[in-house]
Amino acid sequence: MAAPEISTAAVPTLYTNNALRNAFGGVLAFFILLLIGVMAFSIRLFSVIKYESVIHEFDPYFNYRVTQFLAKNGIYEFWNWFDDRTWYPLGRVIGGTVYPGLTLTAGTIWWLLNSLNIPLSVETVCVFTAPIFSAFASWATYLLTKEVKGTGAGLTAAALLAMVPSYISRSVAGSYDNEAVAIFALIFTFYLYIKTLNTGSLFYATLNSIAYFYMVCSWGGYTFIINLIPMHVLLCIVTGRFSSRLYIAYAPLVVLGTLLAALVPVVGFNAVMTSEHFASFLVFIILHVVAFAYYIKGILTPKMFKVAVTLVVSVGLAVCCAVIAVLIALVASSPTKGWSGRSLSLLDPTYASKYIPIIASVSEHQPPTWPSYFMDINVLAFLVPAGIIACFSPLSDASSFVVLYIATSVYFSGVMVRLMLVFAPAACITSGIALSQAFDVFTRSIKFQLPGISSNTEVDAAETSSATAKAQNDAVKTEKSEETSKNRPSKKSKKKEKEEKPSTKAKSEKKRLLALPLDSSVISLLLLILLGAFYVVHCVWAAAEAYSAPSIVLTSRSHDGLHVFDDFREAYAWLRHNTDVDDKVASWWDYGYQTTAMANRTVIVDNNTWNNTHIATVGTAMSSPEKAAWEIFHSLDVKYVLVVFGGLVGYPSDDINKFLWMVRIGGGVFPHIKEPDYLRDGQYRIDSQATPTMLNCLMYKLSYYRFVETDGKGYDRVRQTEIGKKYFKLTHFEEVFTTHHWMVRIYKLKPPKNRIRGKSKKSKSQKTSSTSNRAKRSGTGKKNPWH
Amino acid sequence: MEAPIRAREILGFTLLSLLFFVCRSSPSHNLLISNAERRIDLSSHIVKVYLTLKVENAGSTPTSEILLAFPPTQVDHLATVEALVTKGKRKKTTIVHLDVKPTELPDAPNETKYFTIYLANPLNSGESTTLEVLYLFTHSLEPFPAEIGQSESQLVFYRDSALILSPYHIKQQTTFLKAPSTKVESFTRVEPTNRAGTEMKYGPYEDRPSYSFSPILIHFENNSPFPVVEELVREVEISHWGNLQVTEQYTLVHGGARHKGVFSRVDYQSRPSLNGVSSLRYLLARLPPRVHSVYYRDEIGNISSSHLRTDSRKSELEIEPRYPLFGGWKATFLIGYGLPLQDFLFESSDDRRYLNFTFGCPLLDTVVDKLTVKVVLPEGSKDPSAVVPFPVEQHFETKYSYLDVVGRTVVVMEKKNLVPVHNSHFQVYYTFKPMFMLAEPLMLTTAFFLFFVACVAYLHIDLSIRK
Repeated sequence: MAAPEISTAAVPTLYTNNALRNAFGGVLAFFILLLIGVMAFSIRLFSVIKYESVIHEFDPYFNYRVTQFLAKNGIYEFWNWFDDRTWYPLGRVIGGTVYPGLTLTAGTIWWLLNSLNIPLSVETVCVFTAPIFSAFASWATYLLTKEVKGTGAGLTAAALLAMVPSYISRSVAGSYDNEAVAIFALIFTFYLYIKTLNTGSLFYATLNSIAYFYMVCSWGGYTFIINLIPMHVLLCIVTGRFSSRLYIAYAPLVVLGTLLAALVPVVGFNAVMTSEHFASFLVFIILHVVAFAYYIKGILTPKMFKVAVTLVVSVGLAVCCAVIAVLIALVASSPTKGWSGRSLSLLDPTYASKYIPIIASVSEHQPPTWPSYFMDINVLAFLVPAGIIACFSPLSDASSFVVLYIATSVYFSGVMVRLMLVFAPAACITSGIALSQAFDVFTRSIKFQLPGISSNTEVDAAETSSATAKAQNDAVKTEKSEETSKNRPSKKSKKKEKEEKPSTKAKSEKKRLLALPLDSSVISLLLLILLGAFYVVHCVWAAAEAYSAPSIVLTSRSHDGLHVFDDFREAYAWLRHNTDVDDKVASWWDYGYQTTAMANRTVIVDNNTWNNTHIATVGTAMSSPEKAAWEIFHSLDVKYVLVVFGGLVGYPSDDINKFLWMVRIGGGVFPHIKEPDYLRDGQYRIDSQATPTMLNCLMYKLSYYRFVETDGKGYDRVRQTEIGKKYFKLTHFEEVFTTHHWMVRIYKLKPPKNRIRGKSKKSKSQKTSSTSNRAKRSGTGKKNPWH
Repeated sequence: MEAPIRAREILGFTLLSLLFFVCRSSPSHNLLISNAERRIDLSSHIVKVYLTLKVENAGSTPTSEILLAFPPTQVDHLATVEALVTKGKRKKTTIVHLDVKPTELPDAPNETKYFTIYLANPLNSGESTTLEVLYLFTHSLEPFPAEIGQSESQLVFYRDSALILSPYHIKQQTTFLKAPSTKVESFTRVEPTNRAGTEMKYGPYEDRPSYSFSPILIHFENNSPFPVVEELVREVEISHWGNLQVTEQYTLVHGGARHKGVFSRVDYQSRPSLNGVSSLRYLLARLPPRVHSVYYRDEIGNISSSHLRTDSRKSELEIEPRYPLFGGWKATFLIGYGLPLQDFLFESSDDRRYLNFTFGCPLLDTVVDKLTVKVVLPEGSKDPSAVVPFPVEQHFETKYSYLDVVGRTVVVMEKKNLVPVHNSHFQVYYTFKPMFMLAEPLMLTTAFFLFFVACVAYLHIDLSIRK
């Protein structure tokens, strides 16, 4: 919030020399930007100060592990890395299935620091990557907004973005996830696009493709760019804003960008094969058609042109039909119709919950609630509409882009909580514009009302307006040099050209008419500052309290001080040091990444949910009775089973609460697991009313084994009830480790019993019959999908 | 692993006992021990043996070397041997430490290993002196049963000889063994043998010739945890800006009876006196006073269970591993702390500086199998040399730290099988010019200056082709 105050305060300087003033303003803006960067970095350090410098949550652990591998083995090994410690026995080709942007960025920073003999550990670099890149992102926001509405709006938007809670939630120190660098890449790509659109420079267009390449490297969200920019191009064409600048801004991006995107192994031919990218190609074609039409129009007489139009339209239609037919054929041949599940759930919010439980089970893929908007963007939610209005006066190419950006991202954020992150920069940009315009209006009115400095304000008003128009002026200059675009310059540039001419006097008169009453403008100004202060307070609170927890360490405040629950790491450290290095650990997929990274043990499934069947197998095992589960796990060579249990201390996101998803995902592949078997009258319960299937399934038993001995009743503090089955024994598993607060329990599979001669024959015959008869297997017989 | 060792031991013992009556000619035959008393303390996992010898020179030539003999099985576990002589009478006694060195004798029976004690003044013919010898054994208590469940207590074997192995004739000798509790399952009887409470008395035995040996085996309960640091790397980094940074990397293992079967948290928490009595719950590290910025972490982050108590004389750091260590369980962790430099760095008379620091492991009552001490000298220091009170392996390395150009010299010292007795001071001497302290700040300022010059230059150069 400091930014607009200072920048507006900087305006009434006593310097009459304009050049000096500009230089002074530039230096001031530079320092404000520097401070914004420092603030963006330091507001994200709450997690380090309150907790420790540690990697957070789930996915960051995987990224951290990949970065460690990269730092240790080098880039070529990294591309060829086949990871055999996960998805046992399938393994995973890491080099070909990760977005390498984040890893390569952190790896490069680490390498650079180490070659300067600054011995920071890979972990430290990973922890601080996200705050560093949020500083970059706020600078990129400044650049983008400056292109749209001038320096003041840019600084305000940068300051807002530096502390927007939505972005903080994904980029606190330690939150080492793709989004950390991707948001910077996203904004920077948009900036370069707008810059190219404003200047028509091929240099920026090339840079834009490279920025897009970086974005593709970093995050799957790059499809947002490759759909939003074509939409904007289409919008420009439809609204008659076609210009050669638009062509330069778009055509190189599609060609170069697609070529570069195809270089990223995880994208590869998807860059031309999947439906997410088709919009860009379609618009590419339309753009060429339009450009061609303008060209023809330039060289032909109007009469001839009409004839040509009819010709082109008919031919074009035919070509389009052909292309669309080919596309439809291509798309229809792929099973998901060319759309990935996540993208489909974007378009149809109910898609995932209907068809893909594994996507629906992730909390960040749920639609957000209204309070989460207030939590994540706070007052920006009210400023956004004002900003959109400000974008319309006057509407330029750049501001229309911002309007389109915010409109689409609002929709996407409404579909998935996670995409709130894409919405946040747009909200910051529009709010920055709104705030800065409001400040502009109020301060100007105050200045006009105050006697004595009215002579200054004339120059000042002219100065500010020329500053905002500067970018567009540049655009106009380039336009003049280009022959083709001369025919139909956009409305905006016409207006600007006119505005250049009239004297400042006339303008100041016009401004005088717009001036608001002194008292009302002072009060509004104060209210605006109050609003800003409220935003700052909220952001600091969010950064310090809501989003700083690393989630692997939990704390609770009670009357006798701070209590730390470090059970996860206790369990992982135990696994790391006290089990054989090749032992396989089965757990629900949430804990896969952490187990491989912290415990260095092979897991069956992890958070990269690429194989639904495999996850369903684990889900089936967890929902099966002990013997069947033992058989499944044994066939997977599992030695230890890890469950997370929060019943003793009241940790709500434990495996019992996730259990229905295991049943659903398991039942989706293995139909003998039926969700109603686990529900009593449609209710999920674990007390004495629970169904026998529920009380006998492995997850229940592993969670509550000997739990009753802690308090004599077996009272579960998460479910707020006494458990249904209290005393039972495990026959195929044995408890080998339980953490201090019982949050992680590790069981070992008992070795198979020696076969007694008489019995072995019988079991063998059973086995053969079950394997020979597939239909029987899925029925009442064996429930092990791996036999 | 266990079986062949035991077989070898038994074989060694029998062979040695065959030598019972064999009298051998030895160069020091003119010595004899008129009275020997041995007290063996078995209360912790470090076996402490206090040996009081009254040595008499029965020969004609004065001698200043006295030999101590150890069977080869024991000598592998021998951590340290100290000998001292008390001088003066009553109140005015002074203790004189004597040099002890391992010695090879060409005709040692059954690979018996020797240590020579060098007396300060030679023992004349007919004179006698009293020596106090202290030696410590590590890894000498063998858990039996080798694997125990959570609720069982830990029983161990201790093997030794009822008679002191010595190249000299011993006129009279007694051995006392002190077990940690009264729970002694069994012990070998070599009459006269008595047991009173926790103590067993072997002897007195009269007039035993040299190399007498009589194996004994004691099976008793020892529920103290056996903290063994398999590997410890201590890095001491000197910064002449006033800080001494110590980083210690531990690989800790519980060396007692291996844990078998289940670990039940509910039993462990509800009945701590019965369950996991021999488990390692916490460790105490004694750090120097005025310690600051202490951290305790492992490869996956901070470990929150530690307490630091400081006073003017010492600091105590109580650390809990992430999980209680049962027999055979391992944990790795890292302790780091900063110390004020002036407490440890001094200037010697010849204009050199020296660091005076403790060598061993700060954890109390811990055996260290392998210790590496690295002293990182500041960049630009020359002629390093280390003075350590006991033999260590030494070499030099170069380490590059923050913005180093030529690198820092690292004095690396390695030693195996350490006990808390090794916590004595060592010195590292080096020369250092204070000018080198300014090298890095100057380098940084130069770099920034050049950067700004480059910026200014770039802004004033017009690189465009078209004018």
